[in-house]
Formats: sequence, C-alpha cells, structure tokens
Amino acid sequence: MSAPVLVCRGLTKRFPGVVALDGVDFCARGGEVHALMGENGAGKSTLIKALTGVHPRDAGEAEVDGRPVHPRSPREAEAAGISTVYQEVNLIPDLSVAENICLGRQRTRLGFIRWGDARTRARAALARLGLELDVDRTLSECSIAIQQLVAIARATDIDARVLILDEPTSSLDAGEVAQLFTVVRRLRDRGLAIVFVSHFLDQVYALADRITVLRNGRLVGEFPVAELPRLQLVAHMMGRSVDEVEALRHRERPAAAPGEPLLSTRGLALRHAVLPLDLELRRGEVLGLGGLLGSGRTEVARLLFGLDRADAGETRLEGRPVTFHSPADAMRAGLALTPEDRKTQAILPNLTVRENLIVALQARRGLWKQIPRAEQDRLVADFTRALGIKTSGPEQLIRNLSGGNQQKVILARWLATEPRLLILDEPTRGIDVGAQADIERLLARLRDEGLAIVFICADTAELSRNSQRIAVLRDHAKVAELTGPDVNEQAVMRAIARETAA
Amino acid sequence: MIVDLLLWPALAALLWVNRRRPLLWPLVALALLLLFNRLFTPGFFALEIRDGRLYGTLVDVLNQGSKVMLLALGMTLVIATGGVDLSVGATMAIAGAVMARLAGVSIPVALGGGLGVALLAGAWNGLLVSAFRIQPIIATLILMVAGRGVAQLVTDGQIINFEQPALVYLGNGSLLGLPFTLALVLGMFVLTALLVRRTALGLFIEAIGDNETAARFTGLPARPVKFLVYVFAGLCAGLAGLVAASNIKSADANHIGLYLELDAILAVVVGGTALTGGRFQLAGSLVGALLIQTLGTTLYARNVGADVATVPKAIVILAVCLLQSPVLRAKLAGLRRPAPAALRKEGAA
Repeated sequence: MSAPVLVCRGLTKRFPGVVALDGVDFCARGGEVHALMGENGAGKSTLIKALTGVHPRDAGEAEVDGRPVHPRSPREAEAAGISTVYQEVNLIPDLSVAENICLGRQRTRLGFIRWGDARTRARAALARLGLELDVDRTLSECSIAIQQLVAIARATDIDARVLILDEPTSSLDAGEVAQLFTVVRRLRDRGLAIVFVSHFLDQVYALADRITVLRNGRLVGEFPVAELPRLQLVAHMMGRSVDEVEALRHRERPAAAPGEPLLSTRGLALRHAVLPLDLELRRGEVLGLGGLLGSGRTEVARLLFGLDRADAGETRLEGRPVTFHSPADAMRAGLALTPEDRKTQAILPNLTVRENLIVALQARRGLWKQIPRAEQDRLVADFTRALGIKTSGPEQLIRNLSGGNQQKVILARWLATEPRLLILDEPTRGIDVGAQADIERLLARLRDEGLAIVFICADTAELSRNSQRIAVLRDHAKVAELTGPDVNEQAVMRAIARETAA
Repeated sequence: MIVDLLLWPALAALLWVNRRRPLLWPLVALALLLLFNRLFTPGFFALEIRDGRLYGTLVDVLNQGSKVMLLALGMTLVIATGGVDLSVGATMAIAGAVMARLAGVSIPVALGGGLGVALLAGAWNGLLVSAFRIQPIIATLILMVAGRGVAQLVTDGQIINFEQPALVYLGNGSLLGLPFTLALVLGMFVLTALLVRRTALGLFIEAIGDNETAARFTGLPARPVKFLVYVFAGLCAGLAGLVAASNIKSADANHIGLYLELDAILAVVVGGTALTGGRFQLAGSLVGALLIQTLGTTLYARNVGADVATVPKAIVILAVCLLQSPVLRAKLAGLRRPAPAALRKEGAA
C-alpha cells in the first residue's frame, strides 16, 4: 500500500436545516485511483467542495502530505496541491488551449505576459499526459473530450499532489472515455492521488483501486475494489444490506391488466444520449424506468416527447409510424411530460396558479381560442380539490407554493390536456412525504383509468412499488426489462449492478 | 376652474383604484408633477376653445406624447418576451419617408405604403430574433443603425414636403375638439388590449418571458409569438412615424423619431414592466409615456434649456424606478416598522 497523500478526519459541513457532511473520514493514497460513490445528496459534491475551498468546512481537518490545509478558495486549494476538474468543463471556450492552461498563472516580464513561455508550458503540460495538440487552437473548436483533457492538463500544470475528477465522463462516448482513462492511469503511475467521482459502475470498476461510499452525508466505508462485489456496492449506496435486499418479498400488486399497446419504439437512438432502444407502452400500465443518475432515463423521456430528435429508429403510435418534431406535436398525439427539473423546466414562477395550470391546455387549443375565464376557474377549482393542492387561491403566484404543491400544479397542467400517455420524470424528487403519497395514489388511479404511464424514478423502492413493468437503463442502454414477479427492488438492483456480458 | 373640477377627482379615483397595483407609482409621480405645475407654472392648465377646438399646454402634452405612447404599446410586448427593440425610431423615419414619397400617388397608397414598410421592418427584426436566434439588442441594433440610411435612400437625401389635407390631418387635426392623435392612441390601446387579453397571446408572451425553457416544455409556440411581437412593434412604430411626419408636413429622415426608442423603453420600464420579461403592464406604459412627456413639457414651460433638461428628467425617472425597486421598498418598510429579528429571518427564508 502506498503512502496516504490526502487525509481528512471528521469533515463536517452544515447548511441551514441539513447536515450535508457529518464527520467524514477520507484518505487518498499516492499512485491510486480512489472512487467516491453515493446516491444524489449523499455528500460527494459537498466533500469535494469542502476540500477545494468552495465551501468553508464547519469542523474536521485535512492534510496533504502531512501538512494541514485549510483552503478558503479553489486557488488556495491548488496552491496546497489539490486540483479539481469539474463535471462541466469550466474553461473559457473563446480562449486558446495555451491561454486556458496558463490563465491566472502566466509568468510576466515587466508586467507583460510572456506568451512564448505560456505556449511552451502548455505544450509541456500536454506532453506529460501523452498528448500532442496545437496549443494555439481555440478551445471551443476542440471536442468535449479534448476540452476535458485540457482541463486535466491545467489542473496538473501546477505541482498537484491530488487530482479530483468530478464526473469527468458524463458527456463522453466510449472511445473518449478510454482516452481519458489512459491519461488518468498515466498520472496515477506518476504517483498522484486521484479521486474519481462517477455514477457509471462499469467505469469505476475499470479504473478505481479503492472505493469510499457515502450515504446521507455519512461515511459508509472504504473498500478495496476487489473485495466489493457490485451488488454489495449498490446495497451500500442505498442503505440496505444484501441480506435485507434478498429478503425483500415481492409485494402483492393488482394483477396488471395491460391494455393494447399505445406507443412503441424500435431501435430509437440518439448519439451521446440513448443507445438503440425498444420500448412498448400499454394502456392501463405503469412502465418504470430505472437506473442510476446519468443512465439515460431523462434522455429517453426527451426523445419520446419530441424535445430531442432521434437520429435512428422509429416510434409507432397505435401501430402507425410517427415523428414528433416538437413538444407541440407530441401533445397533439396525446402525450404529456412533467420534466425532471421543476424549477427551470416546468414552473412559470411569476405567473399565478391558474395560469400555470391552464397553460398547456391553452397551448393545445391554440393562440386564438382563449379558454373562457369561467372554464379556467372551474378547471382550477376541480384540480385543486382532486389533487389536494394547498394554495391561498387561484391567483397566488406559483413560486410562493411549496415544492410538492408546485409539482401537483404541474401534474394538473398536464392532466387538464387529457393525455393518453403521461411521462413523469422524477415527479417526487424534493417534495415532502405527504405530497409524495398523494402523487403515488394519483398514479394508480390514472393507470386504472386507462392511461399509459412512464414513471422515471431513482428510488428503486418507489419504482418497484408503483410500476407493473420496469425497464432498467445503464450507461444509456436498456439492460433489462422486468415483468410480473420480477418487479422488485432486488431485481432492479441486480440489473443495475450486473457485470456487462463482455 | 372646470379643468380642476374634472382632473383632480379623476386622478384621485385613478390612484384609489390602483392603490395595490403596479400602476400606482407612475400615477403618483404624474399627479405630483401636475400638482407642481398647477401651483408653480402659470398658464400650464390654461385651456381655450378656438374654432371648436381645444388649445392649451395639457392638450399639447397629449398630442406630443402620442408618438411615444404608440411606440410604448409595441415595446411593452417585445420587452415582455424578454427582448427589446432599438429600431423603432429608425422605423418611424422609414415609414414617414415612404408616406411622403407616395403622398402624390393617392392617400390610401401613401398610408398603406408607410405602414407596410414598417411591418416589413418589424418582420425583419422578428426573423432575426426568432428564426436565427440573434440576441434582440443586436438584431434590432442593425436596423437602428441602417434604418435612417434606408430612409435617406427613399427620400434621395431630400426633405420631402407634402400638403395633402388628409395626411396633414393625421398629426394636426382634431376630433370632437381633441387632437386626432389621442383617438389614434386610444384606438391602438384598445386594439392591443383586446389582442393580448381576449386571445391567449398575453398569457403566451408572459409565459415565454417568465421562463422560456418551461414554455417550450409546455408546447408553447415560442418562436412564432416572438416573431409576432416584433411585427406588432413595427406596426406601432409605423403609425408613430406617420404622425411624426404629418406633424411637420414633411419627411426628415435624419430627425424623425430620433432617440424615441429610448423614451419608449423608459416609458415601459417606468410603467412597471420588467426588462427581464414576464408580466407586462400595457396601461402602465401609457402612463409612463405621459409622465415623460409631461416632464419634458414642464421643463420647456419653465424655460429650462433643452441641453440641461435631461438632468431633471433623469432624476424623476430614477425616483420612480427606485420606488418600484423591491430592495429599496423592503428597506423602507423595515424603517417604518422594525420587525422582530425572528420574523425577519423567517421572511428572508
């Protein structure tokens, strides 16, 4: 075992109302790739931000090579030897590769930047990664993968001891990932301690030497990769023991009486987003879409709803081929989508509950046929009662409602269009337990009324509780379809964790 | 005096009706400005009837303000989608030039030509913004810069005079004793209000301006709506351009509508529509335009030179904007009745 480079003890970070990081110990060793794993909100990002000085920590200590570090900004963290490459490449697209690598640390002569020196340094930094690149090229001309590598070159140009890679592969294709991994292994062999954050299990098992699992801001444990089977890792991330998972009994659920197929896809695909996908959606059935974050669930929803255009495959509605060029097309065919990110994709924050509720129906009826005010008021009153929306009145601004009530208004917005197919992308994320139960009950009722429903959910328990059939996605591809007695948490987790056949 | 008997109760009623509306502060500013003139500017409220027509400074305010009021109607819808139209002043010049050029052909051709070319100008802006997704400020800057050149081409660099009574009437005539331009503004206001409130256009505009991503996810026709508002702004600018040319019975490509786009933007913002888009206040924009015109006329009536008049104008505008600023209002409210610390904390969260 090599020497510890980065050692943290008892790191704690509180935000108003939550403890995001609760006394976490973490140790990254030189010459090792250390994966940091956990579900959304487990504290991975907070840990990284506490280490890099983005968030001041409330308690605990960190050392690099035995020297205590207490960075108050990413710059101080870099000076202490901790460099970070973030998920979204945060370089400056309009500057050249050399400028991006040296920005903020150019050597100067008489106050003027020595550009020749900057280019030489940039070339050297890239060469250390085994890359040869025209450093005068504008960064935006390079592919995302190259930009990612330039970010790594920038991070390792200074005398870094620890390199943190936060979801570096989320927008890369398989070939690009391989190229990135070659570079990371090279850096590892030079003795750097590398911290690797990713949702892709295959990648973690391909690259990492050691895994630390976090859950709800607490440390679950540190494991050598060889001693941690995938199922065990998934169970750790979700807070259940494998035995407990094994013991989970298949729950009684109403015998699925699926109607005839409504919408089906064959080989539907979009580069970088969805690998060829076959799905069949039936009336009176909830199809769950499972998988870890970044597995392609939302991308599938976007394709189905016409927000993105597939570059291969076909979609059939009641047997007839259809192409949706826009959400408006999909709506005309009777589709509805409540998006994943309520705040940026769904609510119209400064408009009223009434306006937010009727807007999709109005869009469907068109610009000139305004819904009469009496009908608007009736719709709002009906849905407020039916869904139990808590608001001081229909003219209340939606931004003043709680998250759960906002979500109910968004659901009502789409139900008002009387859809045949309802796609719900994480409808219960970030809302309180009561509203969640309401939404789950509503789901069952709509299913019984004959709607076809696609239910996207990261929580496997919730997913298997509400679905008749579950398609599991991993790395942008459907890896399993569970039906009948197989619709249970354990099977979903097995499907998520299963080694690739190859 | 009869003016006092009519005006002050009407203003008071207007203020009362709008006491909880965004229109309140521009109305208060307008009322204060009128009160100031009533007390300190002799002759400001003097009215006389000659040849069955009303004359006086107040009438001048309405007549002169009509151009910015027309522009403000179109500008309100553009700003509500989160855009801006800098080209309306130049569009006025083009419309005026085309009308003067065609004045000799026939009256309908002159009017139709002026408005038609303004619609084309608006369609050009709308195309750049909605189809090519150029930022509105840049897209309309192009026509703002090029428009006066186009107008010069239309007039061959000359100032074209015209005498046709119908064209002169447009900017100088009277209807029921009041300036015809007032009827034009009221007509356009009613038309616009019907267009946005009796169809779903108003809702669509506000939705797009408030959160364009969400509007797109909801299947709203964001691009056609954006195109439409620029066309409408072009139409409003065309009408204002015809009035401006009629005022001086000639087409002066260099001066018609010069800097009026800025007054129009100011009127919209003072009237309570945020530059970031979303909720818009059509009536507020008219009040804002009236406020700006009253201010200008007041300064003129008090012999403040045109070269320094911009300073007091800026101060009044600043005051109205600050009164509408949520930050400042929260601070003022805090001064009036200091809330207990615990309550404040809750309010902030």
